[in-house]
Amino acid sequence: MPDLLIELFSEEIPARMQFRAREDMKKLVTDGLVTAGLTYASAGAFSTPRRLTLTIEGLTAESPTQREERKGPKADAPDAAIEGFLRATGLTRDQLEVREDKKGATLFATLTRPGRKAPEIIAEVLEATIRTFPWPKSMRWGAGSLRWVRPLHSILCILTDDHGTEIVPLTLDGIATTNTTEGHRFMAPGRFAVTSFDDYAAKLKRAFVVLDSAEREAQIWHDATTQAFAQGLEVVPDAGLLTEVAGLVEHPVVLMGAIGEAFLALPPEVLQTSMREHQKFFSVKNPKTGRIEKFVTVANRETADHGATILAGNQKVLTARLSDAKFFWENDLRTVKSDGLEGMAAGLAQVTFHNKLGKLGSQADRIARIEALAREIAPLVGAAPDLAAEAARIAKADLQSAMVGEFPELQGTMGGYYARAAGLPDAVANACKAHYQPLGPSDDVPTEPVSVAVALADKIDTLTSFWVIDEKPTGSKDPFALRRAALGVVRLVLGNGVRVGLYGAIYSSMVSQLITKRVAGKHELSLKLIRGVADLGFKEAAETLNSTMQAESRKVSSEIVESAIREALPKCEDLLAFLHDRLKVHLRDQGIRHDVIDACLAMPNNDDLTLLVKRAEALSGFVKTDDGTNLLQGFKRANNILTAEEKKDGVEYSYGADPKFAETPEEKTLFTALDKAEATIAPAMKAEDFPAAMGAMAALRAPIDAFFNTVQVNSDNAVIRRNRLNLLSRIRATCTQVADLTKVEG
Amino acid sequence: MASTSTTPRSFQEIILRLQSYWAAKGCAILQPYDMEVGAGTFHPATTLRSLGTRPWAAAYVQPSRRPTDGRYGENPNRLQHYYQYQVLIKPSPPDLQALYLGSLDAIGIDTSLHDIRFVEDDWESPTLGAWGLGWEVWCDGMEVSQFTYFQQVGGHDCHPVSGELTYGLERLAMYVLGVGHVMDMPFNDPDSPIPLTYGDIFRQTEQEYSRWNFDQADTAMLLQHFVDAEAECDRILTAPQPDKAGRTILMAHPAYDQCIKASHLFNLLDARGVISVTERQAYIGRVRALAKRCADTFVQTEAGGVAA
Repeated sequence: MPDLLIELFSEEIPARMQFRAREDMKKLVTDGLVTAGLTYASAGAFSTPRRLTLTIEGLTAESPTQREERKGPKADAPDAAIEGFLRATGLTRDQLEVREDKKGATLFATLTRPGRKAPEIIAEVLEATIRTFPWPKSMRWGAGSLRWVRPLHSILCILTDDHGTEIVPLTLDGIATTNTTEGHRFMAPGRFAVTSFDDYAAKLKRAFVVLDSAEREAQIWHDATTQAFAQGLEVVPDAGLLTEVAGLVEHPVVLMGAIGEAFLALPPEVLQTSMREHQKFFSVKNPKTGRIEKFVTVANRETADHGATILAGNQKVLTARLSDAKFFWENDLRTVKSDGLEGMAAGLAQVTFHNKLGKLGSQADRIARIEALAREIAPLVGAAPDLAAEAARIAKADLQSAMVGEFPELQGTMGGYYARAAGLPDAVANACKAHYQPLGPSDDVPTEPVSVAVALADKIDTLTSFWVIDEKPTGSKDPFALRRAALGVVRLVLGNGVRVGLYGAIYSSMVSQLITKRVAGKHELSLKLIRGVADLGFKEAAETLNSTMQAESRKVSSEIVESAIREALPKCEDLLAFLHDRLKVHLRDQGIRHDVIDACLAMPNNDDLTLLVKRAEALSGFVKTDDGTNLLQGFKRANNILTAEEKKDGVEYSYGADPKFAETPEEKTLFTALDKAEATIAPAMKAEDFPAAMGAMAALRAPIDAFFNTVQVNSDNAVIRRNRLNLLSRIRATCTQVADLTKVEG
Repeated sequence: MASTSTTPRSFQEIILRLQSYWAAKGCAILQPYDMEVGAGTFHPATTLRSLGTRPWAAAYVQPSRRPTDGRYGENPNRLQHYYQYQVLIKPSPPDLQALYLGSLDAIGIDTSLHDIRFVEDDWESPTLGAWGLGWEVWCDGMEVSQFTYFQQVGGHDCHPVSGELTYGLERLAMYVLGVGHVMDMPFNDPDSPIPLTYGDIFRQTEQEYSRWNFDQADTAMLLQHFVDAEAECDRILTAPQPDKAGRTILMAHPAYDQCIKASHLFNLLDARGVISVTERQAYIGRVRALAKRCADTFVQTEAGGVAA
């Protein structure tokens, strides 16, 4: 069985695209071959900056012959019909077969498609692969029309079997397939021929090309860590950078150099970011001092001076880069020392958070809102309101710093440094970075109370702002990462066991924005006040709001309050539902059934996510136990009859049953059991001990069963019937305190 | 391969060597365009000549102005007026990378001692409605050139594709000559009877222009000039044809001059800090609209590929 080797040799392929390209090439070619009827034993794809290589072993030499039978018209059909069938099949009349069918004598054609030789199929598949290759960005070059990621120079395509090697013929836009390739651009110029994949890999190695990117990565990491270890240092791991660098070289040569003394005092994140982003250097840390003192760069060649010139050049560029960083750092520190972080933040008034937010969109306005919200949330998470407010005020100040201007990924991190330099307490400084967290489903959730307050306020404000302007995620589109913000809220609340009614926070934040939108001029509305006026009439609400504002900005009319609240209400419901959706996904990932979640969502105070999850976790565990089955069976038996009778009668039985109408001992026992259960349930509910409450509910099954087995609910005596239905209603009320059990399946 | 060239001794020697090298490779050595531009790409020899089907090969030095980059001559490598060396060949030859590496050798960069790398960097000029794919070329970690295959210019697909090389001359020369501050760089041979450094020639002008760019330029006047250039460009492109002598002469180049003017005026206004973030996009869009219309006209001319 022959082996196939394909190499697409081009000018430098962007490092970030190589991984996908390898996978795509393997899939497109192997799928194409298989579809055309060939099979193969194994396939492997490789990439260097200048080549994509695919090796396929154990390929069949040709595709099998295929036979297909087609049914035609009846043997006595008109000539025209038979001629049409002959045209379609390409056969003559005497090649057709006549067979007896249900309808009588019918013509049949047997078509034989001979197998095709592998080279013919390969050429076809390769051409299609190249012409339709899914590069993220592709280009044309010269006068041709072929598209590739960068100019394609040669196509090596050979089939090797026991008899030797043959070139699979194909010419694409003037490029004819060959059995030759090139080695390293500088260290081994010139083309050479190869006979098989093993020969190819070996000759490339001699020509200073390491074909396998995994091998290049391993070599880089090994050499870097060895050199660092020899000096008692450690390379800071950076898997992304390692992959990228391995995609930039064919012959990796690791060189380690020192960072100038003048820059060692820069924060390690700054050194690391500057070196990684600009120079693609690894950071090398001194474990004793914890400082980053050296760097590792990876060159693409060996030199007579063992890399001395290359290292000196790189060092020089680094010095220029770090001089810039140092300049930013010192400038920022000066600003902070003279004007404080709030001085640094002053410019945010001119910065737009998002264009579409219109007049609510300035960063400064946003920060004012976050501050108000953080102050309100603070007591609920155990943070001092003033500290939370201060943290909110300065948490985004570093967006105006020179350093973050240069390195946006250092937002928050720099804020922390600058806040400490300004003498702010740790709790405030830590919030600068932590308030952006969690950044994704796997990112840590902040736990420091001040950070939690600001992080929650920041995310809630983001959500309410976009809900106010109806910019919600649709399908796969979520340009403002609102799902991430909502999941962040969920994880912050649950991760810290925060007890907060989110509806209130959302409501006051939205109404405040909607009033602000309607009233010209600068004013600050207290969120607490807005929440406080929610139950007032619109006129009184407007008056109360105006009373907190300065005379010249008292512009809130009752009409404004009314229209703002009317607009806010459906949006609040919608946003809460969005948060619940995120919560459902989060809980489903933890193995909680959707019906269990729905049963708990149906309970009051479902905007307190911590309470909601407490219910869900308790119920989820409980339904798996025998007691859980008892509870559900007992409840459902009572509820089914009650619901049916209520429907029939068109009334709701909730007047309270009276034990004095109890006739049978079982009926009396049920009354006693309910009294007993409720005596346990009430304190358990108060303590939110849902398992205990449900345990007491479950104990009702036996008396409920005994009741149904002996008592006819629909008594002829109307009074007794009503009393029994009211008794069932009491069971329903008792058993649905933790969750709406009607929604639980089973 | 060890460099076949000696190390140059001055800024001008590097320029002269590039000129001879590309002349020897068959490029027409053009002179700088006589207008203020932000980069060598704006020269009509690149912007307009990359359009249409006629083959082209040109190389030239282009003085370039970026008012916001002025640092009063104090920054070691930032200047509001600097030089670019620009090569444009259409269609891009298959050995353009090798030709480029030859030019590094010509200016004394020994590729057997240095680490030359082609690192992904896609080029886009929102003001010219142009983009291309290519790399920034690194020499020992320093960017020494931009290498781009033009895909679109002025909204037109490039067919054939031009290969464009841009060398930032000061930075490249500082590297080759081993100079730390641009103002210390020898402009002519240091052994000349009257040796001149880059600073001798440009320190004062950097100071003067920095002040004018940042503090003094009359923004009201610049805004008016912008509007005027825009209007003139439109007028030129919509001038009635034929002219009074009965000749049909499209005027792509004079119109494009106005586009260049508008672009530079925008840069000056930007340096004066009078353009807000939202306005920025609008101004860029207006310049791009001019560039597109000039390109539309150019491709209807003989130089743009229409048979004479």
